[in-house]
Amino acid sequence: MSDAAREAAQEATRGHAQDSTGDGGLDSATPARSTPALSPIRRYGPPILITLAAVGLWQLILPLAHVPEYLLPAPSEIAAGMKADWPVLEPALLITAWEILLGFVIAVAVGVGLAVLLHLVPVVRRAVYPLLIGSQTVPIVVLAPILVILFGYGIMPKLVIVALICFFPIVVNGIDGLRSVDGELINMMRTLDASRWAIFRRVEFPAALPSIFSGMRIAATFASIGAVFGEWSGSNQGLGYVMLAATPNLLTARIFAAIVFLTLIALALFGAVSLLERICVPWAPKRNSR
Amino acid sequence: MAGTASAFAIELREAGKAFGEVVALTGINLVVPRQSRVGFVGPSGGGKTTLLRIVAGLLESDTGLVRVEDATTARQRLAHCALMPQRDLLLPWRTALDNAAIAVENRGASRAEARRRTRPLFERFGLASFENARPAQLSGGMRQRVSFLRTLMAEKNVLLLDEPFGALDSITRAQLQEWLVQAMDAVPRTVLLVTHDIEEALLLSQRVVVLSQRPGRVVRVLEAGHGFGGSRREIVTSPEFVSLKEQALEALGS
Repeated sequence: MSDAAREAAQEATRGHAQDSTGDGGLDSATPARSTPALSPIRRYGPPILITLAAVGLWQLILPLAHVPEYLLPAPSEIAAGMKADWPVLEPALLITAWEILLGFVIAVAVGVGLAVLLHLVPVVRRAVYPLLIGSQTVPIVVLAPILVILFGYGIMPKLVIVALICFFPIVVNGIDGLRSVDGELINMMRTLDASRWAIFRRVEFPAALPSIFSGMRIAATFASIGAVFGEWSGSNQGLGYVMLAATPNLLTARIFAAIVFLTLIALALFGAVSLLERICVPWAPKRNSR
Repeated sequence: MAGTASAFAIELREAGKAFGEVVALTGINLVVPRQSRVGFVGPSGGGKTTLLRIVAGLLESDTGLVRVEDATTARQRLAHCALMPQRDLLLPWRTALDNAAIAVENRGASRAEARRRTRPLFERFGLASFENARPAQLSGGMRQRVSFLRTLMAEKNVLLLDEPFGALDSITRAQLQEWLVQAMDAVPRTVLLVTHDIEEALLLSQRVVVLSQRPGRVVRVLEAGHGFGGSRREIVTSPEFVSLKEQALEALGS
């Protein structure tokens, strides 16, 4: 594999080190290595407080600075806009959320599938990996209009763009996770009558799950960008379209309202992935920060 | 060739292995009777682990002949040997019981069936009530027990133990050595045991092979017998034991 590929892979990774196999350990019975759970207040309090503080500051300073609403609306004006524009925003929100979710699911399916294929068939890995890296050097922004020409104004080009942006970190993290399994563990499995498939199924894939989820969490934050790009390149619905239509009319509050909703969608997706990880990878070390 | 059933489970003739310029093993000649236990001691880097891997069929000898039962190629030998590595390498996503049962699953049994067949051994070897514990909840000593049972459940004639207790403190180590002797007496197999601890080798095996500094060769073979009786303290302070230990130390050049 080329150095460039390696670097890109490493850069995209860095979720958690593979400490799945333990460390031999001394005889003190180690309780599961989770740090003590934080109470909800200590866990969610700080981020909520800092957000409220920032919003409050924004609200207080704007009138003093005499910034007109069409340049930068105050949080109260954005909130009012969200309420007044709800009939416009609601269908747009649903459409964009759907594009993001569906595109993300496609990306996970393709990403994990490709990672497994590339891992199991070395020839394919050598053949395809450079192309995979290459595909990421093409700016998605310039692809978007071409996809619109190809697939029209419907949901298809949005899904393709979301999936294109999201699948890469999943593939790279997936391959890394699958390859990082301890060679000694694989040797041991071979002496325990494990076929190639058994090693993959019982050792490599579960060991790679934390990495795959790292990739998915990265991808979850990209997904909304993809959907908005898709909508900007050609559409007549969705939050991206609402923003585009609001711009010439200087409906800044509406644009901000759309941004808030986009952020909420991304956060919800991120949270869903984290929740899924906790269900699928109960043995992983817990991370309080997330 | 070795078509006829030999009295020896394992036979090495002029076996050797080099990794590039580094010669790990050279001119190894050795026969291991069926269901006997042979310990290997030697300086670290002396090719002990390489020797186990060759016997296991994870590596092929560069020279000579390596036979395990009727298998002479690495691929065939793999079917006769089960390896227990130094680190327990338990899978954190499996319970203790499912870890021990993995070889049964590898041979095609369902998980329920594998559990059913593994559970009796679990209880017999002092792991009852730990079936559903995750490896992270077990002490180091318990993890090594599970790791050994996993090796046993492969139902191979030859067990290869690579520094099985190397990562444990000395008290746990002593407990596990006793436990292992009982387990091996209960379920007899041909056992090769690599260790850097001469006492451990003498306690656990009937013969002790002393390997040299790299390139590893056999310097001395000591017949430890299993005439040792009594408590561990009586054994390790008995004149025979002390004399064997001295011979081993002398062979190691210290």
